[in-house]
Amino acid sequence: MMNKKYLFDNPKNVKILIRSLYACCFILFALDLVIHRHTYHPWESFIGFYAIYGCLACVVLVMIARELRKVVMRSEDYYDIKDENNNQLIEKEKKIEDLMKTGEKVDG
Amino acid sequence: MDSLLPILPFFIAAILTLFTRGSLRAAIMIAAPIIAAFGIYSLDVGHTLNATIMGLDLAPIRMDRLSMLFAYLFCIAALLGNIYALYHKDTMQHFAAQGYAASAIGAVLAGDMLTLFIYWELMALTSSVLIFARRSDASLYAGIRYLAIQILSGLLLLAGIVIYYQSVGNLDFNHIGLDAPGAWFFFLAFGIKSAFPFLHNWLTDAYPEATSSGTVFLSSFTTKVAVYALARSFAGEEILIYIGAVMAFFPIYYAVIENDLRRVLTYSLINQVGFMVVGIGIGTQLALNGAVAHAFADVIFKGLLMMSMGAVLFRTGEMRGSELGGLYKRMPKTAFFCIIGAASISAFPLFSGFVSKSIIVTAVLQEGYYGVWLILLFAAAGVFHHAGIKIPFFAFFAHDSKHIQTTKEAPKNMLWAMALSAVLCVLIGVFPQTFYSMLPWPMDYTVYDTTHVLTQLQLLFFSALAFVWLKLANIYPPELKSVNLDAEWIYRKLFPKAIYGISNVWCGFYSKFQFQTEKLLETAQSSTIQFFGADGFLSNFRSIGGMVMWVAVILSTSLFLYYI
Repeated sequence: MMNKKYLFDNPKNVKILIRSLYACCFILFALDLVIHRHTYHPWESFIGFYAIYGCLACVVLVMIARELRKVVMRSEDYYDIKDENNNQLIEKEKKIEDLMKTGEKVDG
Repeated sequence: MDSLLPILPFFIAAILTLFTRGSLRAAIMIAAPIIAAFGIYSLDVGHTLNATIMGLDLAPIRMDRLSMLFAYLFCIAALLGNIYALYHKDTMQHFAAQGYAASAIGAVLAGDMLTLFIYWELMALTSSVLIFARRSDASLYAGIRYLAIQILSGLLLLAGIVIYYQSVGNLDFNHIGLDAPGAWFFFLAFGIKSAFPFLHNWLTDAYPEATSSGTVFLSSFTTKVAVYALARSFAGEEILIYIGAVMAFFPIYYAVIENDLRRVLTYSLINQVGFMVVGIGIGTQLALNGAVAHAFADVIFKGLLMMSMGAVLFRTGEMRGSELGGLYKRMPKTAFFCIIGAASISAFPLFSGFVSKSIIVTAVLQEGYYGVWLILLFAAAGVFHHAGIKIPFFAFFAHDSKHIQTTKEAPKNMLWAMALSAVLCVLIGVFPQTFYSMLPWPMDYTVYDTTHVLTQLQLLFFSALAFVWLKLANIYPPELKSVNLDAEWIYRKLFPKAIYGISNVWCGFYSKFQFQTEKLLETAQSSTIQFFGADGFLSNFRSIGGMVMWVAVILSTSLFLYYI
């Protein structure tokens, strides 16, 4: 079953998908030159306003999100309730156990 | 009795789920929403049920076009959610879900504030059970936080009601406006439940911790009841436009970097509610229709997305984008339905999000809020980015994860629920005029004209182009195992730390104080013993005769001094 080739296992299909997206974008941009849109705001009448704004918005969104990550990202267990003293004790015991296993002399 | 038909079936079903099993319970869970919908249908618009309890004039049922639409919506959501949840044999969840649906419908049909308050609190209780039902430590803590904040919202509402009743003298739940007495209490109470900025973290905290079917119910009811309450009581308050714009704007950044895919959806839920709040803030009939329509569409497509993610969680036990991927090979139908949900939330033409979101955007433009319009446009592109592409991409495509070895397609009942939701998404998108005719206010609006369709397609396709470019250029932030700090940090980290810090300082101070006091007492005691004790200076070697002599000396001295 796992040897079966799926749709996107073939890089050619991925390429076709991406190329058709490029084609759609091109056509949509070209349509802007032909079709007259009714507008409320002067910016709307710029050719390709929505296309450029959409594209820019996403790039800006991702760029800011990347910067945001530097500020707000923490490890997965950040909010976990830990008893630090207890953890230290457990670690100490573990260390002693390990040392005993290796046969080294344990102080204390 | 007839008046209660929209609510009673759910309450009866809730009780019956406790005593029934298997297909009988399934039949009850499917029948309840249908009977309730019939109950709504049988009541005329304008119908009210009045009651006087302890001298208060109440209206437990008030049927108008606004409340009726929400009641129908909740019946649909409950039906879809119940079908989805059938696979679970968990009585606790089924019981809570029926109670939750009943209280949501009760809340929107409430014609007075006291009834609203009762259902408001009942909603908090029943919904928290759906979180606890996950039965993990994380869900227990998240559920307690959730419940605390929901109850806080209820208390604020109660405070508002008391102040309002004392000065206005009636409890009718209609337009309140921010100038009314106690209005800010209402505003905050509704604001908490509709996830206003800084009050929103209960949602992103608790929903992803609920069970796979629990989150479907949760995302359908609470926030939408809050939207209804805002639309009813604060329509046209300008501040809502700006609050809504912030809500639509800031969560998309978090959604891009969030790893838990259901948490991504909760951020996107806040973003969608932001659109509705903007619509309510504008307050024209067109804008209010847009807000209500968007709430309607959102319940169904967000439910569908939550269902598809719930199915993935159910089959793999995993919800982190970093650990998922490639599942289209094993769950092709779920992937297909997820894409329909994604297309709907992204507002592709012919899908439900398009016909509802366009109304709000048009209303914003017509009223001349151009800054807000640009923000909403930005947010609309962002939605496509994080909900439309990211969710299906990281769950079902991207790289092959370890789960594709073992995962199976979702159970049949889940697929049916998703299929029905998907059909509704497409039906609303294809027949907008039928959908519009159900909206509360009359409006003259056509969504399918060349401008709308073309501009929307341009916006979306070029957003997709940006995604492809960012992904190919490796700029797109990868999914990482992490949590992201948000406003919840204040009560999950700062408050506990502050309390520990203050108690530490206090303890240090107190123990020092105690030590010093003890030392002082000890010194006093020892010096007393030294002077007066058994071996003390004053009691040891002085004889009684000596003491008498000294007394005689003192007395004679004083006598002597007296005479001088």
